Amino acid sequence: MTTKQTTHLLTQLEKQVIISLQGDIPVIERPYLKLAQDIGITEKEFLKVMNDLNDQGLIRRFGATLKHQNSGFNANAMVAWIVDEKIAIETGKIMASFDEVSHCYRRNPVPGWDYNLYTMVHALDEKECYAIVKKISTTVNIDKYAILFSKKELKKTSMKYFV
Amino acid sequence: MYSLDNIDKQILNRIQSNFPTDAKPFSKIADDLNLSSDIVIKRILRMKENNIIRRIGGNFSPGKIGYESTLCAAKVPAKEIESFAEVVNSYSGVTHNYVREHDYNVWFTFIAQSTETIDKYLKEISSKTGINNILNLPATNLFKISALFKV
Repeated sequence: MTTKQTTHLLTQLEKQVIISLQGDIPVIERPYLKLAQDIGITEKEFLKVMNDLNDQGLIRRFGATLKHQNSGFNANAMVAWIVDEKIAIETGKIMASFDEVSHCYRRNPVPGWDYNLYTMVHALDEKECYAIVKKISTTVNIDKYAILFSKKELKKTSMKYFV
Repeated sequence: MYSLDNIDKQILNRIQSNFPTDAKPFSKIADDLNLSSDIVIKRILRMKENNIIRRIGGNFSPGKIGYESTLCAAKVPAKEIESFAEVVNSYSGVTHNYVREHDYNVWFTFIAQSTETIDKYLKEISSKTGINNILNLPATNLFKISALFKV
C-alpha cells in the first residue's frame, strides 16, 4: 500500500477519543468508562467512536507496546537496500514476509543516498541480525545494502496528535 | 531483572494487538486465556512496574488522521551528538531517535501536520545546531509495520 491516503475528516469527538487512546489506558476493569468520564461522555458513546475509528483502519495497532530491551531483543538494525526500481515493490513485499522484519518501507533515494528499501530487523544479538540479513539478501538476490545497528536510543515515545 | 513466566508470556502475546474494545477488555483477555481477570490485571500491572510493558493504547496511522511522517538522518560529530539530540528531541513530532553505526549516525522520525512544517523544522534544526544536509526520507510505500514481539 502507498502512504498517500485520503484524509478522514475527524469530528471534535473523534479527536478527543484519539487523544484519550494515544496515552496509556488505565489497567482497571472498565478502562473505557474512566476515559469516557474524563471527557464527559458515556461509556457507550466512547465505545462506539472507538470501534468506528478501529473499523476505518485509523488505529494501526491497538495494544501493549513493549520495551524490547527488556523482552529479549537486544539487537536491532535498520537495513537500507539499493534495489532496481523495476522490482522494488515486489522485493519490498518479499522482505516484509520475513518474521524477523518488523517494518518495511520504500523511500525515494536522494542525492548522495541511493538506498530505496528499508527494513527493521530484530534479533537476540548482532550475530543473529547478520544471519537474518544474509538470509533476506540471498532470498531476494540483492547484495547492495547497509546494516545500521542501533547503538543508543536517544528518544522513543508515541506521537501525541491534536495537542 | 524480572523474569517472565508462562502466564506473563501468554498475556504479552495476546495484548500486543487486537486489544479488546468492549467495555471489559481485561475480562475478555482473561476469557481468551482461561485466566481470571484479577490475575490478568495483576500481571499486567506488575509487568508495567517492571518496565516490560511501556504502555497500552492506540497507535494511529499518521496519514489517515491528517498528518505527514518522515525519516531523517544526519551526520553528527561524536562529541556533538548529545547537544544535537537535545535540539531534535525538543520537537514533539520527533517520536524515535537513535544513534546508528554509520556516517549518517543519527536517525529520527518526524511527524507533523504538513511536509512544509517538517521542512521548516529541519531548517530550524540546521540553523540551531550547524548540522546541515539532513536527509528527509518520507516513505512512498509501506509494506509492513508491526511492533509485535513473540515472547
